Amino acid sequence: MITMEHVCKSYKVAKRKAGIGEVCKSFFRREHEIVHALQDVSFTIGEGEMVGYIGPNGAGKSSTIKILSGILTPDSGTCTVDGRIPWKNRTEHVKNIGVVFGQRSQLWWDIPVIDSFELLKEIYSVSKENYNRKLEELTELLQLSEILKTPTRQLSLGQRMRCEVAASLLHEPKLLFLDEPTIGLDAVSKLAVRDFIRKMNREHKTTVILTTHDMQDIEAIAERVILIGKGQILLDGSLQDLRTAAGVSDVAEGSENVPGGDSKAIESENTAAQSGINLDHVMAALYKKLDIM
Amino acid sequence: MKKYLMFFKVRFASGLQYRMASVTALTTQLIWGLMECLAFKAIAEAMGTGLPMEYSSIVTYIWLKEAFMALFLTWTGDKDIFALIQNGGVSYELCRPVSVYSMWFSRIVGGRMAEALLRCVPVLLCAALLPGTLRMGLPVSIEAFVLFLVTLLLAVGVAVALCMFVNMLCFFTISPQGWRMVLLGSADFFMGNLIPLPFFPENFRKVVELTPFPYMQNVPFRVYSGDLPVADLGPVVAKQVFWLVALVAAGLLVWKQVEKKIVVQGG
Repeated sequence: MITMEHVCKSYKVAKRKAGIGEVCKSFFRREHEIVHALQDVSFTIGEGEMVGYIGPNGAGKSSTIKILSGILTPDSGTCTVDGRIPWKNRTEHVKNIGVVFGQRSQLWWDIPVIDSFELLKEIYSVSKENYNRKLEELTELLQLSEILKTPTRQLSLGQRMRCEVAASLLHEPKLLFLDEPTIGLDAVSKLAVRDFIRKMNREHKTTVILTTHDMQDIEAIAERVILIGKGQILLDGSLQDLRTAAGVSDVAEGSENVPGGDSKAIESENTAAQSGINLDHVMAALYKKLDIM
Repeated sequence: MKKYLMFFKVRFASGLQYRMASVTALTTQLIWGLMECLAFKAIAEAMGTGLPMEYSSIVTYIWLKEAFMALFLTWTGDKDIFALIQNGGVSYELCRPVSVYSMWFSRIVGGRMAEALLRCVPVLLCAALLPGTLRMGLPVSIEAFVLFLVTLLLAVGVAVALCMFVNMLCFFTISPQGWRMVLLGSADFFMGNLIPLPFFPENFRKVVELTPFPYMQNVPFRVYSGDLPVADLGPVVAKQVFWLVALVAAGLLVWKQVEKKIVVQGG
């Protein structure tokens, strides 16, 4: 489904120190630094896989996603998605992918969410029946019925994110890129989004690539983890491989009893939260060990 | 095509979302238009017979300008598109299986038409009810009215194509301020928004006529009042079409460069 071979990308970044003197100096001579966002990145991902793409801040995660979704051209290397080169056959390529950029919005700010959805329906030429069926499904799973008629600007971050996820799926993409999709979500929404992604994968064989700093997301969704640091792939395997690499024991460190409620959902959330804390420790240890911070 | 109509529709809907903004803008425009009419009345009285346009044509020109202001408002630009370029929202635009150029073009046209439709009815109504010489007249003939509509559409095309060209240039500078001030500011002057073009000196006007600016609002508003006779319209319409095609081509050319080099910054 996806192959990336020896992909490199670097950016030129202007740098200067603070202070008026430095500002004046930079007016005449500017110091640039070449940042190697990706250095010789290669991997393959098969159809129906759910891959967590993780790494510290500035490791090159978003750059990879941008290349895969066709909005960034790499300096060198090859990359094919479903037999197509994303940045060369952009319009053909993007028909089959769905993207959520957690930090940006694809919904129209001033008008009700449902209007944005209708627009997406036209953009992707989704038939009326398919659209209605999908919308119904998404509305139910992501609990959107209350918020669909609200203008985007009046939604909370979490409500908006749920709509963003739904918006990316209206055209039933075969490939879904999620760039930090759970930013700002409350516990219930997070669980809903995670469940939903798993269901999508199970029922439609959707390939999912997820970048996030929320290790619970990774634990809940990803079967395979790719770790990137300083632009290079450092590890490609299961979560267990990650733990082994970090040299941190799998046994929960902080297994203090949290006074839990009686509902099942809360209980499962508690255990997830506990192992999530551990996984954060695992990641921190691994980042330090690999010296990629 | 249906896709682009939908862009038009959605932008139209968001244009109509804010009612109060429309009401306040309307008041401003009525007062501004009235002031302009009075200023030109003073000019007309001072100049006597040497006036390059008939006073009634000037009044009509002013009211049409106020009524359809949103169609040609170059200096406010299209903020949502500048915002997309500046804050990286363009990454979502690039993830759509449509031509970004056409998508934005229809979006801008939709936005402008929404605002213009909202404003033109009350402005035209008021202008038609004003007393004496301040009243806006009917079109000189049915032919002139039909040609007014045709040239108006073409003029909107030219204006939006120019804006799109500027939008595309903004990809290179990140901040849209410079381009907007220089290009769109001069557009305002040269297309006859401040002073109708017949008031310009002959030689100066000849130079201006080599640019796309006089083929925007200048044409339809003067056709309506008969200041630009229907018989002379052939070459003017041809030039409108020429500029529309040329500006769209230029915009697309720049876009092709942008598409290759674009870097959406930040995570």
